[in-house]
Amino acid sequence: MSSRIIHIVQLYPKDMNIYGDWGNVLTLKRRLEWHGYAPVLTEYNQGDTFPQDVDIIIGGGGQDSGQTIIQDDLLKIGPKLHDLVEEGVPMLLICGLYQLFGNFFKTLDGTVIKGIGVLDLETHGGTERLIGNIVTKSHEFGDIIGYENHSGQTYLDKSMMPLGLVQKGAGNNGHDATEGVRYKNVIGSYLHGSLLPKNPAIADFLIEQAVIKRYGEFTPTVVDDRFATLARSAALKRPR
Amino acid sequence: MPKLYTTMLGKTVRSIARLRGGGSALPGLFVEKIDGSFVPNTLAQLPRGVVMISGTNGKTTTTKMVTELLESQGLKVFTNRTGSNFIRGVAAALLGEVDMRGRLDADIAVLELDEAHAVHFVKTVAPRYSLLLNVMRDQLDRFGEIDATTKMLTAIAERTTERVVLNREDPRIVSIGDSLSAHKATYFGLDPSLASHFPNDDELHNGPRAPHMSRPIANVTLEAFKDNTATFKIAGERLSTSLKLQGIYNIFNAAAALALVRTIIGDKADNTKLVAALANVTPAFGRGEQLTVGGMPLQLVLVKNPAGFRLGLSSFPAEKYATMIAINDNYADGRDMSWLWDVDFDSLRVSGVGEVSGIRAYDMALRLQYDEVEMAHVEPNLKKALTHFIHKYPDTPKRIYCTYTAMLALRRELGTITTVEVVS
Repeated sequence: MSSRIIHIVQLYPKDMNIYGDWGNVLTLKRRLEWHGYAPVLTEYNQGDTFPQDVDIIIGGGGQDSGQTIIQDDLLKIGPKLHDLVEEGVPMLLICGLYQLFGNFFKTLDGTVIKGIGVLDLETHGGTERLIGNIVTKSHEFGDIIGYENHSGQTYLDKSMMPLGLVQKGAGNNGHDATEGVRYKNVIGSYLHGSLLPKNPAIADFLIEQAVIKRYGEFTPTVVDDRFATLARSAALKRPR
Repeated sequence: MPKLYTTMLGKTVRSIARLRGGGSALPGLFVEKIDGSFVPNTLAQLPRGVVMISGTNGKTTTTKMVTELLESQGLKVFTNRTGSNFIRGVAAALLGEVDMRGRLDADIAVLELDEAHAVHFVKTVAPRYSLLLNVMRDQLDRFGEIDATTKMLTAIAERTTERVVLNREDPRIVSIGDSLSAHKATYFGLDPSLASHFPNDDELHNGPRAPHMSRPIANVTLEAFKDNTATFKIAGERLSTSLKLQGIYNIFNAAAALALVRTIIGDKADNTKLVAALANVTPAFGRGEQLTVGGMPLQLVLVKNPAGFRLGLSSFPAEKYATMIAINDNYADGRDMSWLWDVDFDSLRVSGVGEVSGIRAYDMALRLQYDEVEMAHVEPNLKKALTHFIHKYPDTPKRIYCTYTAMLALRRELGTITTVEVVS
């Protein structure tokens, strides 16, 4: 069983890795192991050769300085990522890379950072930082619980589905009650905390899609999610 | 001199707050509200001005070292030793020290301030000297981003009138030095052989740095340490001493303290005396502070951010100790739990964790589950957890890693069963 490899590719861990993004990678690794698979993690940084084997892609947040550094490289691998999205490769994109998978990010001073346009959405720099505990509701994953911390305000095109609807917090832009995006097997979100450990349903969705795509079927084992459940209910009671 | 009525009212509120057993912040908040000039006016009396210490990690212990080193050179020092490093904490500490007429009997003030508060503080009180320790990701939910923190420290450096003492091993701190005129910046540092023990924020996340091309010349460097003995190079002279402080990061901060004190005292500084004074400095409260419970040592290690937690874990081996971790998410702790995922807990796998507690006990338990660290007991209620922990391991030395407000609560509880120094 354990010889069944699943390749996780982490995008730009050098420059886009903040607010516990490692927690998402670790959660995928461990849960894959617990489900009986052998995760292999490949880090992709700017200038690297894009890996051949890709079962799950995961990308995190960065500061504005990190986004500037990776921008050109991301545009270069954009077409490749576009194909992988359309093929149904599961992906988790948090914060900075969520924004750059969209059409553009226009900063407050008017600079336009071009995105790769895989997701039909756009982001505008805001004057206010949207910070605090957040809860959203998704018909697919139930309550999604995390912590947001962003000044970019993201707007989805009508053709795009949000990941969840905001119950408490700001979400994509603080105005339209949407949070994140859900397209093919891609999940984009502003949620840290980290997202996956406290929302194991999302972690298992990514794993299931990856395993089915590579091996045709997925038989999950029962993971002890007691602490995740208790951590979720503790988080729900905390102030913004 | 501060206004008479402010001092009197403030001191009255302080007495009442203390009678009620309240915290130190309330009287500070009160004078801040009624008279914004109280703090600057009171500090303006000091003949040798104000020294500001800031940075993400190590402020409290370094401030304590600097204070005791200056005292060893014959100065009377005012400091905010509660570790309540907000402006109201300084106001509260001043209320405790001034007489009814607002006179402060001291030569110099050594203040530690949290970056975000320091930026406001320096607008009304320009420090004569400042010491900037490091920039790590800390409580990013309050400050936004690490680059924003660097900007705050830059503002402190710019407002400093005489000299700024900087950590040459932290690239973000060095960049602050680069923006200052050359005579204003002075550095402390490490011998290159020790660099791997003190990763900066980028190295914590991306692995070791490329060998430094050029680093500024340091006034004081930490040359070597083994067990609790450290060797410093001070203006070309090598001096060794044993230290009561534990934790490798405290020993590096000792180099920072030496560099700052030498800058303040000038040519008259007696290096041998300084190093001897350093040997007597005990840990600040909650920073590796050692208590005795049931005849066994119990150590409190404050953890506020991933870098500090990682340094704590690597400084204090888990073997032969019972370990407890208490994580709160009150405002002063930071509300975002993401930081726990940037700490590597593998080193606790051998011994396991005896007790997990705090408002976010289950977030911590979840974190340990993913590092496959065994936990004996999880109880969010701090009082219950502490009692359980102490009774379960009667014959074992104990160590508690705790966030700021968890530490305050635990010290309060511990005060009912053992001697805990009252810090106010």
